[in-house]
Amino acid sequence: MTIDSSTFSVVSSGEFEHPDTIENQAFGFWLYIMSDLVLFATIFAAYAVLGHNYAGGPTGKDLFHLPYTFGETMLLLFSSATYGMSMLAMNNNRKDLVLRWLFITFLLGLGFLAMEISEFHHMILDGNGPERSGFLSAFFTLVGTHGSHVAFGLIWMAVMMGQTIAKGLSAPVQSRLIRLSIFWHFLDIVWVGVFTIVYLMGVM
Amino acid sequence: MFGKLSLSAIPYHEPIVMGAVIGSILLAMVILVLITYYQKWTILWKEWLTSVDHKRIGIMYIILSLVMMLRGLADAVMMRSHQALSAGMSHGFLTPDHFSQVFSAHGTIMIIFVAMPFLVGLMNLVVPPQIGSRDVAFPYLNSVSLWLTVAGAMLVMVSLGVGEFSKAGWSGYAPLTELKYSPGTGVDYWIWAFQIAGIGSLVTSINFLVTILKMRAPGMTLMRMPIFIWTVLCTAVLMVLSFPVLTVALSMLTLDRYLGMHFFTNTLGGNMMMYVNLFWIWGHPEVYIVVLPAFGIFSEVVATFSGKPLFGYTSMVFATMAIMVLSFSVWLHHFFTMGASPNVNIFFGITTMIIAVPTGVKVFNWLFTMYRGRIRFTTPMFWTLGFIITFTIGGMAGVLLASPPADYVLHNSLFLIAHFHSMLISGALFGYFAGYSYWFPKATGFTLNEKWGKRAFWSWLIGFYLAFIPLYVLGFMGMPRRMAHYDILAWQPYLIIAAGGLAVILIGVLCQMIQLVVSIKERHIARDLTGDPWDGRTLEWAMASPPAIYNFAATPEVHGIDAFADMKEKGIAYVKPDRYQDIHMPKNTAAGFVNGVLSFIFGFAMVWYIWWLAGISALGMLVTVIIRSTDDNTDFAVPAAEVERIENLRYRELANAVAMPRLTGDQAMP
Repeated sequence: MTIDSSTFSVVSSGEFEHPDTIENQAFGFWLYIMSDLVLFATIFAAYAVLGHNYAGGPTGKDLFHLPYTFGETMLLLFSSATYGMSMLAMNNNRKDLVLRWLFITFLLGLGFLAMEISEFHHMILDGNGPERSGFLSAFFTLVGTHGSHVAFGLIWMAVMMGQTIAKGLSAPVQSRLIRLSIFWHFLDIVWVGVFTIVYLMGVM
Repeated sequence: MFGKLSLSAIPYHEPIVMGAVIGSILLAMVILVLITYYQKWTILWKEWLTSVDHKRIGIMYIILSLVMMLRGLADAVMMRSHQALSAGMSHGFLTPDHFSQVFSAHGTIMIIFVAMPFLVGLMNLVVPPQIGSRDVAFPYLNSVSLWLTVAGAMLVMVSLGVGEFSKAGWSGYAPLTELKYSPGTGVDYWIWAFQIAGIGSLVTSINFLVTILKMRAPGMTLMRMPIFIWTVLCTAVLMVLSFPVLTVALSMLTLDRYLGMHFFTNTLGGNMMMYVNLFWIWGHPEVYIVVLPAFGIFSEVVATFSGKPLFGYTSMVFATMAIMVLSFSVWLHHFFTMGASPNVNIFFGITTMIIAVPTGVKVFNWLFTMYRGRIRFTTPMFWTLGFIITFTIGGMAGVLLASPPADYVLHNSLFLIAHFHSMLISGALFGYFAGYSYWFPKATGFTLNEKWGKRAFWSWLIGFYLAFIPLYVLGFMGMPRRMAHYDILAWQPYLIIAAGGLAVILIGVLCQMIQLVVSIKERHIARDLTGDPWDGRTLEWAMASPPAIYNFAATPEVHGIDAFADMKEKGIAYVKPDRYQDIHMPKNTAAGFVNGVLSFIFGFAMVWYIWWLAGISALGMLVTVIIRSTDDNTDFAVPAAEVERIENLRYRELANAVAMPRLTGDQAMP
């Protein structure tokens, strides 16, 4: 994704913005995302090591409900699409549409998170919390780390809705929306990895 | 209300610790009183604590490093003197528990709070000007990184007086660090200090990657960058890729300890060997992170003080990149004896031997740079020469250890300790000392006293050999590391010599402190009037000493390697631009400092299980970041007229410098 003048349309707001700043901010954010990818990769590796350490407790087959996971996946995938709509609106300088699509994205993401928390909640109530076995520690940590990233993304999204209302689509606001976009799509990609390796392969 | 914290956390019954605590508190109070007496609080706040200027941040990092070095050396003194005594019937003056905390603190402090801040500080001071830039890519994040690192250091300092530190070594192996076997606060202090400082390092690496890749002066292609910039670039790549692994390893240990999970426990499905693997996948790149910038410094110093361009620039670049890539392929050599199959051990043994090769290329390049050069024996050059000899010896010990069968005998013996101290002290530390001496005039405007600098060097070098050659011998004699007491009396003479060596090193440290005091007192005689006290070759020497806040009034244009030497040869080094522009610089902000303070409170609260406080401080950090993001007024402009005034002053000083008689005595370059 190239970050150049076609990616955003600047509303003059009087403050000084060095022409390269937005590009540098996006590039720096990409580097952060790559470090986050290494973070997730490490947790995936730990999951691979501990993935069969059931310690006499439940396995993936016992615990995972694929239709439920499918529901979560649809919520998150669609939320990526709706964020894309928000970015298109930003390119067309449509502040009202940006806010609308951001709000829908927020709801979809919140729905994903609610389903995940509910799943965790039930597992813990059944005695299958992360302290039960190495496998469950790895499961809760991998899925939970993704979930906490989503939660931070939602907080960020709420802040961005506030900033868009308060300041309009100024250059800094657009730069932040671009970075949130990178973040949100990245979380979607990681989720594809999660449901494949954890849920699909866990149930097989 | 206060979690596990109570007054009994203060170690009243340990006189040595209480002495250190009271001493530290008294020293802190003296400093606070002095700041108040000289009415410096406003300047301290406005120009230093809230600074986003890479030059100020660099200086603060180095101050942190030097202060923490004193603490780390104090730990070393305790270990050496204790071990010199605790043979046979005698049990020294430290309990085994205390001794364990001392070696754990020593390692943690020296790597994370001395080496890392020193190298990041030098990076901060030098990288932007060397590429012709006015600042790093993200000045506010730079401040955030600094104060996170300080917060981590403060957690280690506080652990002395409130609670205890970890007894499980600087590497914190599981399952010893699990709650079952280390129920106290020690490991938690270690975890949070490490973790918080680690976030700071990660953010720094991103900052410098973007700075180097995106903000170079026009004409400075990658293959025209100074070698120091190349090493910083490769170091930043290592940091960005390796620190997340550390974050995960420490987080999983945290989850085990706080939420009863089973990542590294010895029951219910944990895998103890996984901790060791994860830790060292970070740990090995970390030692290259610590040494590569030092190699870069040596490259700069050797070229400047040989009066020649660096020999073999291209091979130097490729050697650095090879080290960067290979450093991810050797981590298992830290635990050959953990029980991997011979095939696995052989693979890592071979990769470990291969990684010695690019470093060899670098050593030859430095030697060939010196060959037929017009060498000036300044203090930085002395540190470089001491490094080349000592590092080669220590490196050979490393190649010996790379062979798994040999390592089975020598793993965790004092031979290993001697090897890595040879690498870290002669490689990293001498490099930073060389950089400190070399760039001190740039940062402060006056040179360091050469006489005391050389005395410091000789003390460090002789002291180092006295302290560590006996350890190589003891390793062969079978003495393990981290021993609080031993019964083989034949070992004792060597440990006494080693303690004597440390005493000589301390004389070196004393010389460095005297050097600083003397240099400050004589700063008016040793003024660097031109900004180029060494006849340097790279762009940072084109700036005034100390530099204007904006570094360069006009961005330089680069036409080759050693851009400044090139400009001087063509006679265009000090050309005045016809007119000046407004220069936009980032404003100072309290956000980085506030974030650091909150992260310290967060770490402290987590250590003592004060959940409400941890929650509030975490929320506070989030709020700080959000508030900062709503601030649209983060720049200010230095008006063109002001730039012109500053530059005119600089040109007047340049003219005076040419007219001044040559300096003599201690302040002169030989």
